[in-house]
Amino acid sequence: MTETLTIGKALNLGLRKAMEDDAKVVLMGEDIGRLGGVFRITDGLQKDFGEDRVVDTPLAEAGILGTAVGLAMRGYRPVCEIQFDGFVFPAYNQIVTQVAKIHARSRGKLTMPVVIRIPFGGGIGAVEHHSESPEAYFAHTPGLKVVAVSNPVDAYWGIQQAIAHPDPIVFLEPKRRYWDKAEVDTAATPDPLFASRVVRGGDDVTVLAYGPMVKTALQAAEAAAEEGRSVEVVDLRTLSPLDLDPVVESVRRTGRCVVVHEAPVTLGLGAEIAARITEACFHSLEAPVLRVGGYDTPYPPSKLEEEYLPDLDRVLDAVDRAMGF
Amino acid sequence: MSVSSATEVVDPVPGAGAPHLPRQPDLIQLLTPEGQRVEHPEYAIDLDDQQLRDLYRDLVLVRRWDAEATALQRQGELGIWASLLGQEAAQVGAGRALEPGDHAFPTYREHGVAWTRGVDPLHVMSLFRGVDNGGWDPVATGFNLYTVVIGAQTLHATGYAMGLQRDSAETAVLAFLGDGATSQGEVNEAMIWAASFSAPVVFFCQNNQYAISVPLERQSRVPLYQRAAGFGFPGVRVDGNDVLAVLAVTRAALAAAREGQGPTFVEAFTYRMGAHTTSDDPTRYRLASELEEWKLRDPIARVKAYLSRSGSADQDFFDAVEAEADELAARIRRGTTEMPDPPGTAMFDQVYAEQTAHLAAQQAEFEAYQASFEGGHR
Repeated sequence: MTETLTIGKALNLGLRKAMEDDAKVVLMGEDIGRLGGVFRITDGLQKDFGEDRVVDTPLAEAGILGTAVGLAMRGYRPVCEIQFDGFVFPAYNQIVTQVAKIHARSRGKLTMPVVIRIPFGGGIGAVEHHSESPEAYFAHTPGLKVVAVSNPVDAYWGIQQAIAHPDPIVFLEPKRRYWDKAEVDTAATPDPLFASRVVRGGDDVTVLAYGPMVKTALQAAEAAAEEGRSVEVVDLRTLSPLDLDPVVESVRRTGRCVVVHEAPVTLGLGAEIAARITEACFHSLEAPVLRVGGYDTPYPPSKLEEEYLPDLDRVLDAVDRAMGF
Repeated sequence: MSVSSATEVVDPVPGAGAPHLPRQPDLIQLLTPEGQRVEHPEYAIDLDDQQLRDLYRDLVLVRRWDAEATALQRQGELGIWASLLGQEAAQVGAGRALEPGDHAFPTYREHGVAWTRGVDPLHVMSLFRGVDNGGWDPVATGFNLYTVVIGAQTLHATGYAMGLQRDSAETAVLAFLGDGATSQGEVNEAMIWAASFSAPVVFFCQNNQYAISVPLERQSRVPLYQRAAGFGFPGVRVDGNDVLAVLAVTRAALAAAREGQGPTFVEAFTYRMGAHTTSDDPTRYRLASELEEWKLRDPIARVKAYLSRSGSADQDFFDAVEAEADELAARIRRGTTEMPDPPGTAMFDQVYAEQTAHLAAQQAEFEAYQASFEGGHR
């Protein structure tokens, strides 16, 4: 059955499906119950599943994650909503020192099927701490897995796959794309969660993106095509583990690679990807792997975010530079 | 004009208190430091002779294990040891208050509780030897793995208790923490959660007077048990060196939790007789006279005095317990020194429930690197 869904609605339906499929799924977060979440992702779920399964928590992120750990130890599958990316840091201790390590600490006797949903990234004209891209902190942490969805189809299936997965997953939602629409076939067989995907074929340059930047990369590829450049775009989808096999195949063909993300470039995902691509494709590369990202500044006031965020032109500029080597 | 000396010892005995603090309330006590049974209007306990002897045995064996572990660390067989010396009654009393189906969430010093949950001491030793980051089965024992980050486990305990509520389980959770941990945001969040959801969890705070070197008055301007009132649940202060009182108070708190009455904060007023860990030097921050004061409140001596005076145990019993302690110490020593190092590949195991291809490849690289050395190991 195919429906036209926004990313937000696809997540809502995916969460609903996961809760129907498994009575152990518990949603926890600030304002997710009666209000349905500040982005309405959990709209209507408390009404249908009750206050024990859709929990309006006290206002403390460490508390959300810490109690999620305990619930997971008791056999539950907590899905924690962090209201905004910049508010995940009070929970950082629990995520990094506990959620990520308990499976290893217990030598597998305890599993941590905890999903940490984070609306991430900028572009919504928000005040400070509402536009961050914290993915590298989590991708750097062994024991966590990190995924970023870019479209309604992946949102619908990805949230269900993440909830069913036995390891803790930081699930990044592209908040400025929540209202983007696409056809979702809810009877289809979904792609695996931990797999990247070529979303546009091309021969000259491989552009890698994830989350909100996939749309930007696709727009850049479209514009490049008008100038006669053939840009291949890969939606990474999974940031930890990275699935670089399709990327390596692509870069060996194109010889050029540009990585795009909103997060500051220094020690961002692009740095790791550049290192791995260089190792795997050294003899095929016609140019160094280039990165397009946020500047190494705190996320700026919203009047400056258009200058800060990678956009179509900055991606094209990097494509030009890659072609110019 | 009176000038207080900088070296003045503030006796932490209840009722005296530091001059700047509110008067300290009386402790709940059922066995005085001299070994006199006393009654308390709210907390009664009725143990037969065998049960009393069992508690004594627990206390002695746990102390002996602790002494052996400290010695093993000094001899280089453990990386570090966090001694429970002085806190045996608090731990044995709390641990024995648990029912089999209950679940405990320790810090990293609850060896006495581990003992009561049937955890093999060698499994605890494996952690401090550096063989394992956990060491025992937290599900089978109802005793979570040690949590080293201060206070983090109180949230886990509360979440677990919320799970019990959803399961309509008639069991409860005992969350351990220390006096220093009460300053942690996460501990305060745990108490807020527990109160808001009326979770069946008991916060058992061993106030051993020091957070490594920092004395209690830096953590709190009020007696710790009074914090509970601000969260909206009862707080009680018990003589942490009185195993009977700790048992009675913790049992009552756990029973209330099981009956749906929500959390309780138990402050077990005790003293860390040893160093924070074997890496610590308490002579830099506390006076020997303070230690001497607390020696008079020893948790084991009072039980022995009571057992002897009441005729509940004879010399043969005490001798038998000593002999058992010797055997336990020998088993711990032998088991620790013979404990093999884990294989290098163990660090890759169980990072994930579903191993990633990337980590599997890294492990293969590691194995190939190791195999490249003569004898197959660097």
